[in-house]
Amino acid sequence: MEFGPYLMLAMLEGAVLAAVLALMASGLSLVFGVMRVVNVAHGEFYMLGAVMAWVVTQFMMGLGGGPAVNFIAAAVLAPLIVGSIAAAADVVILKRLNYDPERVIVATIGLLYIIQQAALMGYGPDAKPVVAPFNERIALPWVAWGENGLEMYYPWGLSTTSYKLFVIVAAVVILAGLRLFMTRSRAGLVMRATQLDGEMATAFGIPVERVYAIVFGAGAALAALAGVLIVPIQQAHYLMGGDALLLSFIVVIIGGLGSLAGTVVAAVLIGMSDGIISVFFTPTLAKIIATLAVALVLVFRPQGLFGVKNR
Amino acid sequence: MTRRDLTLHLGLIAGLFALHFLLPAYHHGVFARVMVLAVYAIGYNIAFGYTGLLSLGHAMFFGAGMYGVGLASYHFAIPALPAWIIGLGCGALLALVVGLLALRTEGVSFMIVTLMFAQAAYLVILYYSEYTRGDDGLVIPGDMRAIGSWDLSDEGTRYLLAWALFSIALMLSLWLVRHPFGRVLVALRENEERARLLGYDTGGRKLAALVISGTISAAAGGAYATMFGYVGASFAGVQYSIFALLWVLLGGAGTVLGPFVGVLFMTYLNDVASGVTEAYMLIAGVVLVLLTLFAPQGIVGEIRRRFWKDLP
Repeated sequence: MEFGPYLMLAMLEGAVLAAVLALMASGLSLVFGVMRVVNVAHGEFYMLGAVMAWVVTQFMMGLGGGPAVNFIAAAVLAPLIVGSIAAAADVVILKRLNYDPERVIVATIGLLYIIQQAALMGYGPDAKPVVAPFNERIALPWVAWGENGLEMYYPWGLSTTSYKLFVIVAAVVILAGLRLFMTRSRAGLVMRATQLDGEMATAFGIPVERVYAIVFGAGAALAALAGVLIVPIQQAHYLMGGDALLLSFIVVIIGGLGSLAGTVVAAVLIGMSDGIISVFFTPTLAKIIATLAVALVLVFRPQGLFGVKNR
Repeated sequence: MTRRDLTLHLGLIAGLFALHFLLPAYHHGVFARVMVLAVYAIGYNIAFGYTGLLSLGHAMFFGAGMYGVGLASYHFAIPALPAWIIGLGCGALLALVVGLLALRTEGVSFMIVTLMFAQAAYLVILYYSEYTRGDDGLVIPGDMRAIGSWDLSDEGTRYLLAWALFSIALMLSLWLVRHPFGRVLVALRENEERARLLGYDTGGRKLAALVISGTISAAAGGAYATMFGYVGASFAGVQYSIFALLWVLLGGAGTVLGPFVGVLFMTYLNDVASGVTEAYMLIAGVVLVLLTLFAPQGIVGEIRRRFWKDLP
């Protein structure tokens, strides 16, 4: 293949990664923005979403559903289950720590191992697939100078699947919905009020503790949804949370902690560059560059590349 | 340093020496490992427990010592003692560079920056797998594992050397925290602004604490490499950073004996758990959550709170 089509393929793969990352990182960013705590167990909620998608589709297959019905059931149920688990963890653990940032980190590290190892015990060490609801191969055209000027043709190997395009569209729709929810709905207003000043929100009768539990659950549900979307492409495995956590850390930090728009921009940047660098160089080198970049961003521009400095 | 402090810590050292002659073979081996890892935890405790620097990247210092020794003996046939000193140097240098950058941040940012640096270091080890053999790791040749006529692959020698290293690290950490320098570190942990107001150079002290902490961690990593003859990338992974945090929290952050107690306790807990289930890290997770919820002081910290107010 020539360079051009190759680059296009890399960008498409990058866009799929960016879509999933944007969903996951916006969950992390939402939790940090409203509650001011870092959830280290976020990657495990993503893993749990993927695993739950497998569990739900297996169950539905027993009832004789088709792949599309099974997948929709998984996309609805898995985030709900994972979100409830996270909300329960918030009430049982984080609330008692008074949301002290450092103690929350240690506690969520513990939670990370509990969820991961519980998945190992309940689900097993093997990666298991979920069938995509639809998966047609779509050949992609490319233009080049031919005998009659600019010609369109279909290079061999340049293709994607309808499901991958669906993942990108779904992520865009969900993120737009999240944005509308935060800016237009009453619940979003309450969340933003809690984010700006928790004490003042309490004074105005906002049940801050309940808001925290819901936000923590919603953040986990977003990660779980990302897990459900990726599982037809990538199979569910109990260790898949680690890399995902690191990547969403990178995205959230580069985008500016707590800023949703910045997170999305950073997800596209990191997803695309990861896709492209991995195609032309080794994935390890891409990761080294990304992790070092994040460390240096935090050191020299703590508000993130797109964030605004705090008052 | 009071007489009671000295009696307690020298008593532990004497007790561990006596155990060399008393322990059955299996536990003898476990204790040798526990003492080396306790040195790593002692190093971590100086940064986290005494200075209040929550680092999630200490595995890179442990790994720097380990790979300093491993690469020197494997590729350049440098004998154990000089190789160990090279490992120490690697750890100190890395801690200095990381400290200069990471200490510009604090709190949660510091934790993420150290985590990212450690992850980058881990990936560098994998990237240069031509020299480091990546995940498979290096097996240090037998003739490099000797200091003079002492053969470190022999279990008795290994135990005694681990004991000596542990004793030095323990007494060093006791001396440090009773020294005015150590007291300033505690002041920094409790209230950095006030310490600065009193005229202490807080940035310099924190950097010094991190370098000391990193060097002790590297000493443990280097010793682990020669004593057990294996150098692997997993020792530099994020899990080993979390282990250090877990051990110190369990034993008691900011106590001299805490790191040893934490490593000992956790090692035997894992030993029992891995006999029951493959998912033995579940125990580590549960312990971490329970500790933060109910005993943030750890075992030795609780003893200090209840019975022995001036335990170092």
